[in-house]
Amino acid sequence: MIIKCPYCGPRDVIEFTYQGDATRQRPDPASTDQAAWNAYVYDRANPMGGHREFWLHSGGCRQHLVVTRDMATHVISSVGFARDAVASGKGGDRP
Amino acid sequence: MTASRLSKGGRIDRAKTVRFTFDGRAYSGHPGDTLASALLANGVTLFGRSFKYHRPRGVFAAGSDEPNALVTVLSGEVREPNVRATELEIHDGLVTESQNRFPSLEHDVMAINQLAGPILSAGFYYKTFMGPAIGPLRSTRVWMFFEKFIRRAAGLGKAGIAADPDHYERMNAFCDVLVVGTGPAGLLAAEAAAETGAQVIIAEERPVAGGALLASAELIDGRNAAVWAREKAAALAGLPNVRFLTRTSVWGYYDGNVLTALEHVSDFKPNRTKGQARQRHWVIRTGKTILATGAFERPIVFPGNDCPGVMLADAVRRYAIEYGVAAGNNVTLFTNNDSAYEAARAMAQAGVNIVAIVDVRADISGACIEIASAAGAELVLGHAVTGTHAGKTLSSITVQHFNAQTGHVSGAAREIKTDCLGVSGGWSPAIHLASQAGGKPEWDEDLQAFLPPEANQNWVTAGSAAGYMDTVSVFSDGATKGTSSKTKPKLPAVDAPMFDASPAPVFEIEPAAKSQKAFVDFQHDVTADDIRLAYREGFHSVEHLKRYTTLGMATDQGKTSNIPGLAIMADVRGISIPEAGTTRFRPPFTPVSFGAIAGERYGDLRPHRLTPMHDWHLANSARTYEAGLWHRPMIYGSHGETVEQAYVREARAVRQSVGIVDVSTLGKIDIQGPDAAAFLDRVYTNMFSTLPVGKARYGLMLREDGIVYDDGTTWRLSETQFLMTTTTANAGNVMQHLEFYLDCVWPDLRVHLTSVTDVWAGTAVSGPKARAVLEACVTGTGVDNATLPFMGIVHGFIGDVPVMICRLSFSGELAYEVYCGAGFGTQVWEALLEAGKPFDIMPYGLEALGTLRIEKGHVTGAEIDGRTTAHDLHLDWMLSKKKPYIGSGMKDRAGLNDENRLSLVGLISLDNQSINGGSHIVSDAAPREPADSFGHVTAACYSPALGKYIALALVKHGTSMIGNRAYATDLLRGKHGAVEIVSHHMFDPEGSRMHG
Repeated sequence: MIIKCPYCGPRDVIEFTYQGDATRQRPDPASTDQAAWNAYVYDRANPMGGHREFWLHSGGCRQHLVVTRDMATHVISSVGFARDAVASGKGGDRP
Repeated sequence: MTASRLSKGGRIDRAKTVRFTFDGRAYSGHPGDTLASALLANGVTLFGRSFKYHRPRGVFAAGSDEPNALVTVLSGEVREPNVRATELEIHDGLVTESQNRFPSLEHDVMAINQLAGPILSAGFYYKTFMGPAIGPLRSTRVWMFFEKFIRRAAGLGKAGIAADPDHYERMNAFCDVLVVGTGPAGLLAAEAAAETGAQVIIAEERPVAGGALLASAELIDGRNAAVWAREKAAALAGLPNVRFLTRTSVWGYYDGNVLTALEHVSDFKPNRTKGQARQRHWVIRTGKTILATGAFERPIVFPGNDCPGVMLADAVRRYAIEYGVAAGNNVTLFTNNDSAYEAARAMAQAGVNIVAIVDVRADISGACIEIASAAGAELVLGHAVTGTHAGKTLSSITVQHFNAQTGHVSGAAREIKTDCLGVSGGWSPAIHLASQAGGKPEWDEDLQAFLPPEANQNWVTAGSAAGYMDTVSVFSDGATKGTSSKTKPKLPAVDAPMFDASPAPVFEIEPAAKSQKAFVDFQHDVTADDIRLAYREGFHSVEHLKRYTTLGMATDQGKTSNIPGLAIMADVRGISIPEAGTTRFRPPFTPVSFGAIAGERYGDLRPHRLTPMHDWHLANSARTYEAGLWHRPMIYGSHGETVEQAYVREARAVRQSVGIVDVSTLGKIDIQGPDAAAFLDRVYTNMFSTLPVGKARYGLMLREDGIVYDDGTTWRLSETQFLMTTTTANAGNVMQHLEFYLDCVWPDLRVHLTSVTDVWAGTAVSGPKARAVLEACVTGTGVDNATLPFMGIVHGFIGDVPVMICRLSFSGELAYEVYCGAGFGTQVWEALLEAGKPFDIMPYGLEALGTLRIEKGHVTGAEIDGRTTAHDLHLDWMLSKKKPYIGSGMKDRAGLNDENRLSLVGLISLDNQSINGGSHIVSDAAPREPADSFGHVTAACYSPALGKYIALALVKHGTSMIGNRAYATDLLRGKHGAVEIVSHHMFDPEGSRMHG
């Protein structure tokens, strides 16, 4: 699998570290809603098709990326910096 | 079967002799021989004993599809089992032995298993030993008792236990076009691709290029086909944009057009250059892949088909033409298709005596009849082989009338004397890599074979891998697939007659009365009857069939057995072969050594992390051990001292006077930015925004799930700059953890992180005289209690080296950490030792460091084990109630506050015996197994301060158990001793020493 890092260019997956589902929403830090925390920490969807996930370019620029990857074919349809996506409110639930 | 070397022919170098041994006997061959061809040339026909029944087996194929002729290569103490004799190139000094025989290949006592044949059918082991209980016997117990005998009786080669002394390499390669295979299709595809200027990698699994052309009787452009191929390959290899790899088997096809290959670099050579890799693991990223992998001939299944002397027709031909070896004096062919006649023509030219051709078809073409008569072979049409006669090797076959439409065997048996039977049941395209890449193979009625699936990545199949079975159309297909250019390629001229590639749909000969087993998978001893049994027992799907009978699961991955096996299952189910379907191929195409995949990540070439003071440690008799990639001093040994004596001496020196320890390995992260303090408040459980500049604080991190993650001190260097320290082992993870929150959770925080672990050298100075040592060598700052209070930070100099000193303690003594630029580490270390001379300062290693912290009950990775909470470790006081932090949302879950949780306590040995780390805490005074464990020891040592053996442990109801007696048990290492459970603060619980 090759991920096109927006900073470093196309690099092999061996340079990256999977950092989990990018669609989950972290509850408000002060929240005591156990169900919401439980969902954030443990519940994961495993959709057939496109999925947004965080990858860290750990062997490169050390930026976190949001990668949209087809879970069945591993075809990557988009890659962007996580900071941009999260700051614009897209790190969470919607592409 | 009386195999022998022909007087001429083959691409072997007859002028030279190569000497090797097989089962202790010396043989000779020629350069260019494989072990199989050389042994055949010496008249050896028995190569091994079969997996389950220990039946004698000979060589069956001539390439990577070989199921039978597996040998073990010995080199000193090192054994490499299950090497295919058909691919193993001989060299001077090669030592090999046969497998799965006892006491010898000729006289094998386990062959008695053959008599048990009807019992040892598919699923035998599981039915007998793992099924329901029979009478008083618990079946799993029965299995556990018999397993070792069964495992010894059944099997392949034995793996060695000696360390592999060889070097292996890994290589990443990139290209526009990767061509797999160098038969007629691969050569022309590569040529066409290279002409476009593309970067081309060509991989050929054999030592020479040419594929099917190597054993062809055809003339290409008027020249011998093998010679033509050699010249074409040499021309390609000379091109600047072509990389030509021989002895390189492409074995895996992965997503993103990534393929893996194994190159034999030097293991075929008698003498390897020192340092030269034995094998090289390639990862090839390619724009486009051309799979010109050819086709495998498949056998026809018939009774008695596994005796030595029965081979694939193409193998008989290849031994004759490529190696100049006649596999028998009187060769017979048995076929359902025309390719055997092409083989007959080539073999007759090479001087092989062909006595008969048995063809299941009643009608064959005139060209075939002509070949048979030119070869002097009797044509036995409309017949099939229904049995064999063999001692250790084939002596004759029986044939009977056969109806290829109905599959019906009839008439009287006729015996034909023959010592070698070449069988051809048609050809299956080698679709293994294409199938790995994805997609469902498509059945071709004409070829009676599966064709490659539709491409889902940028790959094409070319030549016989794509279903083209004659040289003319293979050339044409190869040249076309090599380029997207529409220009009609100029093709080489082929003289050969055209054959019909489609076989009669005959896969198995099943006479009504059977006296012999008919094998489908030779390597796993799966018979045609096993497949029918699997059907009767309900295993109908090919995936179930495979797992129940182990058909195609051996090291050859069923290259010769898959299609016949499927055909038999389809037949008993009364459906077509495509309806039965096929299993998906998985990597590797051919076996790959673990060494090659590990490459340089094994042994000496692994990276090592050394602290700036490492050379000093070694020069001063430090014994080091590895902590992750770091090398750290364990003890500084004196002559004749045990490890325990050394660390006790070092730890005692710290408590009595002063010691220094290298702490450069601690993870160090520079955290800067206007929001740095706010960020730390979120990642640590305790407050950092209130920390004054010039002070440090011990911090605790949780994971989101409320479990303790890491601890360490963080120093406030300015309003906007902190230096965070982490545990050595967790440095990388904590960095990643912080980066994740800044990038993915709080991108609004203006904070920047830099790993500075390697920038600083760190030395901890501990002991009652620590301050006196600093006073003697530090300039530019005071180090008195007012200037440098507990957790204070000062900047100064040691000599002319700037240093940063923080007063903090892991040992429980008055202690300081002195940080300087990594390049000055040794200089500062030596200056501290010099200043400490009047106090008998002593360097101490990790063992003493551990001892001091165990005495104090400080936690490390052994207690922060991913299961403990702050409460378990008595660190609740660090959990701020004023702010949320990572883990605050989940730390109050019921399970994390259960009263039955293990919590941290100290242990003191009551019998003055050492306590083993990992011991279980039990209540039984006598050793007993199994016993109910209510805790375990995380760390243990001899405490010089207490004069006792002590330990830290995680124990159920820990705190309320204090004062109780329990037992630390470790029966595996023969330890069981009484301990008293005490508070984890075993030494100086008030902390008066470090605050002094």
